[in-house]
Amino acid sequence: MAFVEVKGVSHAFGKEKVLEGINLNIEEGKIFGLLGPSGAGKTTLVNMIVGILDPNEGDIFIDSKRVPSFELMNLTGYMAQSDALYQELSARENLEFMGSIYGLKKSELQQRIKSVLQTVNLLDHLDKPVEQFSGGMKRRLSLAASLLHQPKLLILDEPTVGIDPVLRQEIWDEFRSLQQQGITIIVTTHVMDEANKCDELALLRDGEVMAQGSPHQLMDAYDVQSIEEVFLTVGGGK
Amino acid sequence: MRIQAIVRRIVRQFKRDKRSLGLMIVAPLLVLTLIWLVLDGDDYEPKIAYDNLPNPFVDTIDDYAQEIVSAKPDEANELLKDGEVDAFITIEEATPIILLEGSEPTSNSAVMRLFQEAVSSIDTGSPIPEPEVEFYYGLADLGLFDRTGPVLIGFFVFFFVFIIGGISFLRERTQGTLEKLLSTPIKRWELVSGYVIGFGIFTIIQSLIIVLYSIYVLDMFMVGNFWELLLVTILLAITALTLATLLSSFANNEFQIMQFIPIVIVPQVFFSGIFNLETLDTWIQVLSQFMPLTYGAEALQSMMIKGQGIQDVWFELLILFGFALIFFILNIRVLKKHRAL
Repeated sequence: MAFVEVKGVSHAFGKEKVLEGINLNIEEGKIFGLLGPSGAGKTTLVNMIVGILDPNEGDIFIDSKRVPSFELMNLTGYMAQSDALYQELSARENLEFMGSIYGLKKSELQQRIKSVLQTVNLLDHLDKPVEQFSGGMKRRLSLAASLLHQPKLLILDEPTVGIDPVLRQEIWDEFRSLQQQGITIIVTTHVMDEANKCDELALLRDGEVMAQGSPHQLMDAYDVQSIEEVFLTVGGGK
Repeated sequence: MRIQAIVRRIVRQFKRDKRSLGLMIVAPLLVLTLIWLVLDGDDYEPKIAYDNLPNPFVDTIDDYAQEIVSAKPDEANELLKDGEVDAFITIEEATPIILLEGSEPTSNSAVMRLFQEAVSSIDTGSPIPEPEVEFYYGLADLGLFDRTGPVLIGFFVFFFVFIIGGISFLRERTQGTLEKLLSTPIKRWELVSGYVIGFGIFTIIQSLIIVLYSIYVLDMFMVGNFWELLLVTILLAITALTLATLLSSFANNEFQIMQFIPIVIVPQVFFSGIFNLETLDTWIQVLSQFMPLTYGAEALQSMMIKGQGIQDVWFELLILFGFALIFFILNIRVLKKHRAL
């Protein structure tokens, strides 16, 4: 039984079709990559899994419960493309706010804030206003904010955009260690070398899933040496 | 409690963003002061026609007036009609009679001030009876600033809360925090309530300062109850806030919020009581019935000028409350655009 099931999801904004008959099964404890060029519908699909957007057609289930529900929103952590931080507030205040929205108790909250900031290596900047943060620090703080309530499913929309290779490596190390704690991760990306790091991939193009499988399976199936080539073969064939 | 979390966050943000707080509180004071300077200037020396006044009295009037002429009543009427003088002062059966030109509030109050000064500067031994004031045109016996003051208080409270509230809620969307918030189990009504309460705290402070300043520093005419007046301004502010957050859903950036000013705010200024609507076309009068500021201004005027209490303006307050409630509910519904649940 898959942890996240996407069944026959189609969606259009007005007359513009964004997603067309999407079916995905994501197993518990996997890092699942949604790969595709910008405009492929990655963010739309991710928003649906989070429960912000209702698809025109089809259903999504997480842990056998239908999306959207408030119960599931406690289970998922979402990191959007924008950093979603309050610039005037300090790192601590941002996290205190998000934590109290999730209903964390005071003592537990302070302990969780320390723990997630440790994870993203920002503990030294606890009381600094976010507007003084660099781009990479903001990205990491966003990640920390989505980990605060210990979600079982982490949904990350382009988490490493605008982040240097060293930091990107650190963040991926972090994903691995989260995975070891049993957390399922869905991550969108258009960076090919990131795709290689996922356990399972779905190639999205023009609102359709072109191929799905582990990076190795995909490369074998198309008889190519890299995910980039898979992508070009699949996309070019259309 | 999620509402509490939002309230605390808004308070913290405001404490960091002192300029926005300043715009909300200091800007209205500044503009009110400017208007006061223009409308309530007491440098004007009126032109007076007089008849049948004791000589020492004429002399003192002469000290304060720009020009004085002696005129018989029918000559004075001609002078008033031609705008040559601002008032005609005479005495009938020991009672001073002041006939004011009436169309220009600034000169009305200048004449009254002159008369008071003239009376106090001559020692007659016996008290001079209160003058009988008549008007050649109109009936207004208040300064323009006194008459429009309550409307201006209402307007500035409304305007600045609208701007700040609208932009804050919009920023929630453009910086992505709304999306993030809606991915949490927060209910839409909790989000809107948090906003109303969080901003509500600052509108109370804003209203308090504006009302205090208008009454005690600018010396605006005020015979009503201070606390009841404050209640009305706060209610008006909450209406502005709920309208602003609602409309911000239809703006994509700060500039588009500004575009609401000529459409939503300016018509309310014109049609809410600064100008007399009774002589205008019916459709304008009907239109003004749909504007929150109309009711806020009406209630404020009744209280400050006529000294009425809450019980006399309950209808206006009820309508204002209704507006706020409708905007609040619509706001929750409009948020469905961003999350169906």
